[in-house]
Amino acid sequence: MSKKYDVLVIGGGNAALCAAIAARRGGASVVVLEGAPKFYRGGNTRHTRNMRCAHDAATEILTGPYTEEEFWKDLLLVTGGQTDEELARHMIRESKDILNWIVEQGVRWQPSLGGTLSLGRTNSFFLGGGRAMLNALYLTAERLGVEIHYDAEVTDLVIEDGMFLAARLKRPIDGADEIRATSLVAAAGGFEANIEWLREYWGEAADNFLIRGTPYNRGSILKMLLAKGVQEVGDPTQCHAVAIDARAPKFDGGIITRHDSVVFGIVVNKHAQRFYDEGEDIWPKRYAIWGRLVAAQPDQIAYIIFDSTVVTSFMPTLFPPIAGQTVVELAGKLDLDPVALEKTVTDFNAAVQPGTFDHTILDDCRTEGITPPKTHWARRIETPPYLAYPVRPGITFTYLGTRVTKEARMLMKDGKPSANMFAAGEIMAGNVLGKGYAAGMGMTIGSVFGRIAGREAAKHARN
Amino acid sequence: MHGTRILDEADRLMTVCNSCRYCEGLCAVFPAMEMRRAFSDGDLNYLANLCHACGACYVDCQFSPPHEFNVNVPKTLAVARAESYAAYAWPRALSGVFARNGLVISLMAALSMAAFIIGFVAAHDRDVLFGVHAGPGAFYKLMPHNAMAALFGAAFLYAILALVMSVRAFWRDIGAPIGGRADGGSIFQAIRDAGELRYLHGGGVGCYNEDDRPTDRRKLYHHLTFYGFLLCFAATCVGTLYHYLLGREAPYPWWDLPVVLGTLGGIGLVAGPVGLFAARMQRDSELRDEGHYGMDVGFIAMLFLTGITGLVLLILRETAAMGPLLALHLGAVFALFITMPYGKFVHGIYRFTALVRYAQERRSAS
Repeated sequence: MSKKYDVLVIGGGNAALCAAIAARRGGASVVVLEGAPKFYRGGNTRHTRNMRCAHDAATEILTGPYTEEEFWKDLLLVTGGQTDEELARHMIRESKDILNWIVEQGVRWQPSLGGTLSLGRTNSFFLGGGRAMLNALYLTAERLGVEIHYDAEVTDLVIEDGMFLAARLKRPIDGADEIRATSLVAAAGGFEANIEWLREYWGEAADNFLIRGTPYNRGSILKMLLAKGVQEVGDPTQCHAVAIDARAPKFDGGIITRHDSVVFGIVVNKHAQRFYDEGEDIWPKRYAIWGRLVAAQPDQIAYIIFDSTVVTSFMPTLFPPIAGQTVVELAGKLDLDPVALEKTVTDFNAAVQPGTFDHTILDDCRTEGITPPKTHWARRIETPPYLAYPVRPGITFTYLGTRVTKEARMLMKDGKPSANMFAAGEIMAGNVLGKGYAAGMGMTIGSVFGRIAGREAAKHARN
Repeated sequence: MHGTRILDEADRLMTVCNSCRYCEGLCAVFPAMEMRRAFSDGDLNYLANLCHACGACYVDCQFSPPHEFNVNVPKTLAVARAESYAAYAWPRALSGVFARNGLVISLMAALSMAAFIIGFVAAHDRDVLFGVHAGPGAFYKLMPHNAMAALFGAAFLYAILALVMSVRAFWRDIGAPIGGRADGGSIFQAIRDAGELRYLHGGGVGCYNEDDRPTDRRKLYHHLTFYGFLLCFAATCVGTLYHYLLGREAPYPWWDLPVVLGTLGGIGLVAGPVGLFAARMQRDSELRDEGHYGMDVGFIAMLFLTGITGLVLLILRETAAMGPLLALHLGAVFALFITMPYGKFVHGIYRFTALVRYAQERRSAS
C-alpha cells in the first residue's frame, strides 16, 4: 500500500524544514520523513548556532553591513576558488532575504554569543541555539499542516529516467510501506557518521575520527541518489573538521568538545614533535584546518601544550586540561616520550623572540630558527603547572554531494536536470564548498537552498 | 566536590553549559554563569535561585536527556533551589522542617484552625459563637481586636526576623566575590524584574511546562497569586490604619477600600493557586522536582485556604456561620504567617535577592 503527496521531504534539519515550509506555503501537500527519533531530529542543525547572511546595513543584532561582494570574497578565499560561482553568488544574493524570512517562520535572532570568534558583523545567532531554531521551524511546519514522521527510515528510492516515483519505508506509516510524491526534496545530510564509508577514502585513520554531530547522518539517501544516476559533486575526502578533545564521545559531542587554545601554546604529535605553525593566522580563520592537520599525524592524535599563564585566555572547556608540575611529569601523563617533549618545549622557548603579545591582531611575538615556526603569539611555556589537551579530528560534515542547479534541482550524470528531484543542505553543500569553511555557511546553504527547493518542488507538483 | 550530590550535579552542568553558552539569551542564569569559571556552593545556590523554571533551556538543549551528557538544568536547579532553602534556614535547628514540609504545613494549618475554633468555643457560649453579628465590631465580639493584633503582629514579626536572618546568610554566601551592600539602582531593577516576572518567559516565546510547546500559563497564575496576596496584605494594612487612626472598626461595607482590596486579592488567591496546582500536576516529569511535592503543594494550598476562607467569610459574615468561618480564616492566616520562613514562601525572597545580586553584577560588569 502506498500514500501519495505533492512533495516528499527526506530529512529533518534546517534545509528539510525550510523546504517543507516553503512547499506548504506554496500550496503543496507535504510529508517529512525524518530518519531519527524525535529527540535527535534535525541532524546537525541541533548543534549549530548561527548563520552567515549578506546584509547592506547593520541590524538589531549585527554590528555592520556585510555586502554580497564581501561574502563572495570570503567564500573565494576559504575555498581557494573551488566553488560554483553562479550558484554561490545566487545563494549569497538569496541569503539577504533569509534574514527576514526565517524570522517569519518563528526563528529568533540574538547578538553573537559571549566568548565567540568575532562574528558580530557577519553572523546572526539563533536565540537558544540550533535546537531552538529547529523547534521553531517544526512548530511552524506543524501549524501549517505539514505531516511529520520520526524514525521514518527510507530503504530505497524508486527513480526512473531521472524521475522520482516513490520512497520505500523500513517501517510502514499508517499501513503504507511506500510514499509516492510528485516532487522529492532530498535534505538528508552527509555521510560523516558512516565510518565504513569514510574508511574508503581515509583508510584506517577513519577509525580514529570523532563525529561531532548526529550519529544518523550515514549518507544512505546520498548513496541511493548517486547509484541511481544523479551526478556527484565534491571531493569525498573534503569535510568540515576541527580538532576536538580526544576524550569526547564518538558521536554527538557537539560544540562543547572544541578547543580554542591552539594559538596560546604549541601542538605536538605522538612523538612529541611540533608539525604546523600554531600562529599562522587569527583563530577564526584557522580553526577549521586543524582537524585535517591532526588527521594527517600518526594515530590521528595531537596535544595542545600550554602553561598556567594562559588558562583564562580562552573559553572554559568541558574536559579539564591534564596538568603536570614539570614538562616531564606532563609527558608521563600523556604517554609521550618525556625527553622528546622536554626538548621540543626547550627548543621552542629558546626560539621565542621578544615582542608585544596581542591575540586580537597578528602580533610580533614569533620564533626564529625552528621548523615549523610559530609566526605570531609565540610566548615561552615556562610557568608550571604545564597543561595539555589531547585532540583528535572531529568531523562536522562532509562535502561529497549531489550536483544541483540554481533552482536546487538535481543534475543527472548525463547533464540533464531531473524532472522532479531537488536537494538542499549538507547533501549538496559541495556545490558551494569545494573545500574550506567559513563559520555559519552550512546553515546558509541549508536555509537558502531549502527554501528554493521547497518552492520549486511545490511549483512542479502544482503544474 | 561540594557539600551535596545535587550541587555536584549543578557544578557538572554549569561546566557543560559554560563551554556551550547557546542559552545565554534566554534568561539571567546563563549570563551570570558566564561571569564565572568555577562555581562555589554559594555561586550554585545563587544560580539556582535566579532560575525561574521556565523550561526553555531544557527544550532548546542539544544535550538534554536522552543524550549521554544528560543536561537537565531546570530540574537540577529546582532541586538545588529547594535544598538551598533548608541550608539557609534560621534558626538552623528548624531547617529540617523543609524535609517534611507538606506534613509540617498541613499539621500547622490544622492545629492553628483547631486552636482558633477551640479558643472561640472556650471563650464564649454557643449563642455568641453561632450568633448573628452585624455592624462595626462584629468580629471583635469573638476575639478582641487587641488580642488579634498582638497575636498576628507577633507571628508576623517572628516571620520577618527569621526571613531576614536567612537572607543574610544567603546574601553573604552568594555575595562573596564582590560583596558589599546592595545599591538602590540594583534593588529597583530587581523589583521590576520580579514584579513582571521578566525571566519567566522562555526567552520571549513563552514558557514550557507540560511538553515542548511554549503554551505554559504559569506566569498569569503567578501574577494572580502574587498580586492577590499583595492586595490582601494591603487590605489588612488599610484596615489597621482605619482602626487605629480613624477609629473605624471592621467589618466594613462592601464598597469600602479594605473590602474591595481584600475581595480582589481573595479572588486572585483562589484562582492563581488553582492554576498553579494544575500546572504543577501537568508538568513534564522530566522537569518536575518530585522530591519537594509536599512543599510546593503545601504552600499553594495555604494560599488557596487563606483566599477561599476570606471570601466565604465575606459572603456569609452576617449569618450564623460567621463565628466558625472567622476561626477558620484566622487559623489559615496564622498558619501561613508562622510557616512563612519554613516553606515555599521563601522562594520569592531568595529569588528577589538573587535578582538584586544579578542586577549588581551586571552594573559592575558594564
